[in-house]
Amino acid sequence: MSKLITSRRGLIKSGAAIGAGLATPTIFGSSVWAGSHGGYTNAPTGSTVTLGFNVPQSGPYADEGADELRAYMLAVEHLNGEGDGGMMNTFSSKELKGNGILGRKVEYVTGDTQTKSDAARASAKSMIEKDGAVMITGGSSSGVAIAVQSLCQEAGIIFMAGLTHSNDTTGKDKKANGFRHFFNGYMSAAALAPVLIDRYGADRKAYHLTADYTWGWTQQASMAAATEAMGWETVANVLTPLATQDFSSYVAPVLNSGADVLILNHYGGNMVNSLTSAVQFGLKNKQVNGKNFEIVVPLYSRLMARGAGENVKGIFGSTNWHWSLQDEGSKAFVKSFGEKYGFPPSQAAHTVYCQTLLYADAVERAGTHNPCGVAEALEGFKFSGLGNGDVEYRAEDHQCFKDVLVVKGKENPTSEFDLLEIVEITPRAKVEYAPDNEFFAGGDLGQCNPGA
Amino acid sequence: MLKLKNNDTALFLAFCVMVLAGPIILAPLGAGYPDLLQRFAIFGIFAVGYNILFGLTGYLSFGHAAFLGVGSYSAVWMFKLLSMNIIPGIILAVILSGIFALLIGFITLRRSGIYFSILTLAFAQMSYSLAYSVLTPITNGETGLQIHLADPRILDTKSTDGSLPSTNLFGLEMNDTWRTTLFGMDLQFNVGFYVSAILLILCFYLSIRIFRSPFGLMLRAVKTNQNRLMYTGVNTKPYLLTAFVISGMYAGLAGGLLAAMDPLAGAERMQWTESGTVVLMTILGGTGTLLGPVFGAGAIKYFENIFSKVNDSVLAGWFNFMPDWMTDTMVFLLGPFFGKGWHLTLGLVFMAVVIFLPGGLMEGASKIANLFGKRKNKGSVDSTGTPAE
Repeated sequence: MSKLITSRRGLIKSGAAIGAGLATPTIFGSSVWAGSHGGYTNAPTGSTVTLGFNVPQSGPYADEGADELRAYMLAVEHLNGEGDGGMMNTFSSKELKGNGILGRKVEYVTGDTQTKSDAARASAKSMIEKDGAVMITGGSSSGVAIAVQSLCQEAGIIFMAGLTHSNDTTGKDKKANGFRHFFNGYMSAAALAPVLIDRYGADRKAYHLTADYTWGWTQQASMAAATEAMGWETVANVLTPLATQDFSSYVAPVLNSGADVLILNHYGGNMVNSLTSAVQFGLKNKQVNGKNFEIVVPLYSRLMARGAGENVKGIFGSTNWHWSLQDEGSKAFVKSFGEKYGFPPSQAAHTVYCQTLLYADAVERAGTHNPCGVAEALEGFKFSGLGNGDVEYRAEDHQCFKDVLVVKGKENPTSEFDLLEIVEITPRAKVEYAPDNEFFAGGDLGQCNPGA
Repeated sequence: MLKLKNNDTALFLAFCVMVLAGPIILAPLGAGYPDLLQRFAIFGIFAVGYNILFGLTGYLSFGHAAFLGVGSYSAVWMFKLLSMNIIPGIILAVILSGIFALLIGFITLRRSGIYFSILTLAFAQMSYSLAYSVLTPITNGETGLQIHLADPRILDTKSTDGSLPSTNLFGLEMNDTWRTTLFGMDLQFNVGFYVSAILLILCFYLSIRIFRSPFGLMLRAVKTNQNRLMYTGVNTKPYLLTAFVISGMYAGLAGGLLAAMDPLAGAERMQWTESGTVVLMTILGGTGTLLGPVFGAGAIKYFENIFSKVNDSVLAGWFNFMPDWMTDTMVFLLGPFFGKGWHLTLGLVFMAVVIFLPGGLMEGASKIANLFGKRKNKGSVDSTGTPAE
């Protein structure tokens, strides 16, 4: 090894010389830093404004990502005055005229998050630095959403979260520049628990299988707390890695545990596989403690129900929105989405469509794209007509509060889209919580950051 | 001054110019924005280091992402505990990944060939699983390790405006960018990129010195015929282990820099696909050549970041000059190769390179250089003396 560098002194000397020489061009006068125009990052100057749609196009949540992208394109069409306007016509705020945002035509760039925090941040960064996106939206996993949200906070960009259900997104990892329309694990549990007690009785023993990441943890904790408060007992909680494909080794011990309810805190492909496994083990037909064995899936989506096929029949869960809702907003959205793509939208499509309209509307009301102005316009904003009844963006944690749907896998589906039936619409008051609730404590919004 | 041969001096100076002018050269290709430029430089360091092991000794490690991850995690912890200045973070990243490489190398280098590859793969997968679930208190699992306002940062003054501090080098913030316009192109000169670029140049210099040293010769001898070397009484293990640790430290430096540019460390950085990527980068660029890995890293990052963002509407924009039906046909034909299909295009390019240019992009470059004849002796590309294998 001593032969490697013939003269140590020589190396140090030359290294220092090169370093000093190369460092010179990086030193600029401080006055030229950050050449922005409107006092905030990526202020639009021309006749267009660019939004960044950052969704998973590959990986376990690619189906949700594809549906989100469809909804984004539909929203852009409507904002630019093309198509039939969709929910813009039913939205309680009438600021949007179909002439873009603040008179500027809406354009968009897309990126692939690959359901990985790193890739998602790289993609979001290129949207901000290269394409000049003034708002980033998307994400189909809470891990990714939290990572991108903190990036947007640092960069001075508004982040409108897509499909993210972890309590942490607006709890311990909340950020002043981030906003979530979707509901969360706590709300799911609060809506679901009373229905479950009502159907299955108050003396049940529950066994949890939980996806091992931020969403799974918070979902499980919320479900356990809500059901225990009503008399259930939690027998065990087993964490499963997100990449698990075969759940048989996790399902097998359930029968001998003495539990009579299995709660699957899984989403997407995970839930499809674990539920299929559980049904194959015959859990649905078993009798334990003199009661029918039951399975519960706290967060449901139509895309998952389709993946799991027959197995979802009779299984309870919760969802943010469902296309069979009969209010004016939902009907208008399902109509324009169906006319464009030939099938009804998923809840992921719905939430991102709403987020895009909400952002555009907030910009119109604030009269600027400045994140601080937009945040002020969104905080405490009350609206309706977007398919969820009366909704409020709470100022304290940037979480939307609205009714939650408790759904059940349909016994006799009439079409390949008609897989879930709405059992109960839990009113907003029942799922509301204080901002310093134990499941959401520990975070700090900080201050809005307009960037440059 | 550089203690290099003439050929190498020319190569090195050309390399310096190329790297430092990166923002200007890459702007017309749509890649001249800070995040991607930083990645070019950082993954260049990663691949240059990997090439010291794989290119010189022929030991195919499938576990180098583990060192990248260790580097990132240790850097982020330094940002959380000590200071947002990147120096402590990067130093700890290099030291820890070196120690980690020493441990793993000590065990895995007992075997060679495919067994070595599998052992390194197993260790990397193990580190990934540990980071992903068991070590969640240290790594924060799937969400990734992030900095928070409440972190101690004992060397820094507390920020009062409620916004997260950014990583810096004695006050020069990594995300500061000087923008200007040249011939209608938007040029972005970013502090973080130049920090990475200078480190890349230093790493490249070190790599030339290793390639040309007696130590490098010994590593090449291992690649050519390890048995013969052992029969002559040479113990190859210390040489291999040194090469392994050096390349592990390069990877750690790259990981630390990644965290310095964007203070977040995720477990997926350690996944085996990342280890595979650096193998691809090295082979694509040209195994055993000096410059090849840097080009390979650039090519793959370019595909990942630029190709993956070309969606159908962008494609339609390119073919706008054609009649409508032709535009639609072109979009239909090319669509699968762009956007989410970028893996497919990369795979095709990789196949083509391996089949037609086994020496990687560097072989292609030297073929072109030979075509124009006169430059043959200048040796800016094929001066490495090692035919790629």
